[in-house]
Amino acid sequence: MVVDELGDETVDRLFHALADTTRRDILRRCVRGELSVSRLAEAYPMSFAAVQKHVAVLERAGLVTKQRSGREQLVRTDPDAVDRARRALDELESAWRGRVDRMARLLAEDPGTGTSGPGGAEDSGTGTSRTGPSATGENDEKEGPER
Amino acid sequence: MSVTRVDKDLDRLTLTLVADFAAPVERVWRLWADPRQLERWWGPPSYPATVEEHDLSPGGEVTYFMTGPEGDRHRGWWRITSVTEPTALEFTDGFADDDGKPKDDMPTMSVSVRLSEREGGTRMEMRSLFDSREQMEQLITMGMEEGLKEAVGQIDALLAA
Repeated sequence: MVVDELGDETVDRLFHALADTTRRDILRRCVRGELSVSRLAEAYPMSFAAVQKHVAVLERAGLVTKQRSGREQLVRTDPDAVDRARRALDELESAWRGRVDRMARLLAEDPGTGTSGPGGAEDSGTGTSRTGPSATGENDEKEGPER
Repeated sequence: MSVTRVDKDLDRLTLTLVADFAAPVERVWRLWADPRQLERWWGPPSYPATVEEHDLSPGGEVTYFMTGPEGDRHRGWWRITSVTEPTALEFTDGFADDDGKPKDDMPTMSVSVRLSEREGGTRMEMRSLFDSREQMEQLITMGMEEGLKEAVGQIDALLAA
């Protein structure tokens, strides 16, 4: 889904950046807060320069930014917190829109009176048109091959 | 159609959604209270949910898993914080591991639902908020990683062929 919004070149860079276990791990660590490159380097059995190289690849892919803080370079995953929050809420919204649609379809199938509890008789087929909001939803059940 | 209003609060990481249904409050409540109904709408069509435990009382739990196209299972749970049948429900929604144990390092969401009668139908107000920003960030990175990892896997398979 995210991929659709990006150009080929960007996607290439992203793929390259994420195709490496260490880089994916760096990404995970840096979501939790800013870490300096030297702190990061302590976590891996490789040289500071090697870790720095990995960070550079991630940076080019736009997955992390480096910020100077005193004498340290802090690495953080995707700087735009607002954009990320928006993306998270957008995804949540679309999940809930899907849920509401399915709820509406279920209600159209079986408007019920609500008085019969879950244990009550399944009244499928009977009295479906009592409080029903018009007869849509009827044909949603089977995705006809007509289209 | 059913969704009347959506509001997103970026500072509080909260989604508020209002929907109107042409059915009585008790009927809409049943969508939540009847596990067989719940599993017909909770998961998207490609990841249908199967509800195992379903105890809508304060402190009670709902446990479920969603089955993906490859037969992959993703477990989740609700912990009920408050219930006023048939008009209000509040719970925490989270991920679980393969044994159904809540994953503490995974994001949780607080969800609250209110049902009220409106013009002969039911208005549902749903509020869902990320319990922490850190967790939200994690979820996003995971989603992104997931998608790209899959794509990378496919490319690897092509190259190996």
